[in-house]
Amino acid sequence: MSGAAYDRVKIARGGGRPTGRDYIKNIFRGFIELHGDRRCGDDPAIVGGIARLGGSPVTVIAIEKGHTAAERVARNFGAPNPEGYRKALRLMKQAEKFGRPVVCFVDTSGASCTIGAEERGQGQAIAENLMEMSTLCVPIISILIGEGGSGGALALAVADRVWMLQNAVYSVISPEGCASILWKDSSMAAAAADSLKLTAEDAKSLGVIERILPESDIGQKEYYDRIGTLLMRELKELSADPDLVAGRYDRFRRIGRKQVKEKP
Amino acid sequence: MAWINFLKPKNQLEEGGRSGVPIQEDAGEPEKKCPNCHKNIPLSRLWADNLVCSCGYHFRMKARQRIRMLADKGSFRELYGQMEAGNPLDFPGYTDKVETVRAASGEREAVICGTAKIQGQSLCLFVMESYFMMGSMGSAVGEKITSLFEYAARHRLAVVGFTVSGGARMQEGLLSLMQMAKISAAVKRHGDAGLLYISVLTDPTTGGVTASFAMEGDIILAEPGATVGFAGKRVIEQTTRKSLPKEFQKSEFVLEHGFIDAIIARPNQRKLLAELLKIHDGGRTNEWSGL
Repeated sequence: MSGAAYDRVKIARGGGRPTGRDYIKNIFRGFIELHGDRRCGDDPAIVGGIARLGGSPVTVIAIEKGHTAAERVARNFGAPNPEGYRKALRLMKQAEKFGRPVVCFVDTSGASCTIGAEERGQGQAIAENLMEMSTLCVPIISILIGEGGSGGALALAVADRVWMLQNAVYSVISPEGCASILWKDSSMAAAAADSLKLTAEDAKSLGVIERILPESDIGQKEYYDRIGTLLMRELKELSADPDLVAGRYDRFRRIGRKQVKEKP
Repeated sequence: MAWINFLKPKNQLEEGGRSGVPIQEDAGEPEKKCPNCHKNIPLSRLWADNLVCSCGYHFRMKARQRIRMLADKGSFRELYGQMEAGNPLDFPGYTDKVETVRAASGEREAVICGTAKIQGQSLCLFVMESYFMMGSMGSAVGEKITSLFEYAARHRLAVVGFTVSGGARMQEGLLSLMQMAKISAAVKRHGDAGLLYISVLTDPTTGGVTASFAMEGDIILAEPGATVGFAGKRVIEQTTRKSLPKEFQKSEFVLEHGFIDAIIARPNQRKLLAELLKIHDGGRTNEWSGL
């Protein structure tokens, strides 16, 4: 047990990293925020709207953790509620209607775990996003910029391309949760982090992501410019793909397939 | 993110657990105590009544027993029965655990898939197995259910799926998480082809299964008193530091909040499913003539 994976978890969670809105502000131009799920509310943990990338319009959706203590509380520490996922889906459907691609920035320890979230159908909200995103007729790129916490992260990551920052993590469960369930001891979190294979390199070798974004100059102008350039190039290519939706189906269809054994 | 409400391994296997049914028989008529009305029920009667107490309490049921209860006699043909999980992440203890569970449950994986008939109506059926790691969803479960939806789309059949799960199987890490997206995409394709999918939620349906195919049915049914939710109760209590009402996350609660269509007791399931399948003409959308 090297503990290296758990160090990544700590970096991914650490304060001082750029959050969702920093990416929107620094990569795109003229962001117009659009609020509300048209059902019951507006979730501050998810920010979405329209902006320009190069000269072309895109729909941008980001989970926002906030920087200051007050902002973090106001944004529920980046734990979205059902209305956040429904707002995101509404904006994606809008993007589909008007033929513009979707870019998502994912950073959450997980979907909100509260009585209210259950009452308003957290499971249903995530499920609907998974289903609807699988056939959205415009390109989707999702970038994990910090924590990729389970279903709450996946609900914005059923995409044609999924990229991860070098120090982002993506996992089915938190290392603490895993350790406490398996070994009844949350101090075993470092060992659990190693076992869960949650680093960007692990995710890439499992075929879950396409690209790891270096972050040695994180937060600098060149850093954002580089991501912007990559997004532009990739979105252009995806926009020209006549088999976009079929390709997205196949992308997820093959995950886990060769790991299943068939014994007579 | 710790919303995956796994039950302790011993609970999955121990006989006569919270709602397990003891298999060992003592001398005399063996009985089982109902956790709801506290009456002792003779086991023979309980089995004859498909594990429903006279007070209405539904005990957990093994997947194959459920298939026997639902499908026309001799109509079930299993598909993908040879598929089983490996240990793709070399997760410590996972191989041993799966082998133990396989020996105890007699099943290879946490879901059984196949084709069947209900009152003569053909369908694809999947039933998750609570006695296999509490129906936890890994790559093999994902592959089997996805393949079943693809099979159903090719053969223009409806899918009926019984869910029971603690959520995604953490020992397969991200691969388990991705099964949520993989199955959901297959459900969408099947649905876009105009075909019917009915999910029936049984106790407990939680975590990544609730947040994917359990909640994706055209019609969503649930058994009485089943726990249905996304986050585990313990996680919610720890997060909110509030104690939860007894009825929280029960199927009646989920019905009241508008997330399922109906609660259906076990003795009535076969008839209702048959009628729904007939209305949808075995999965196809009818042309409405009013005649």
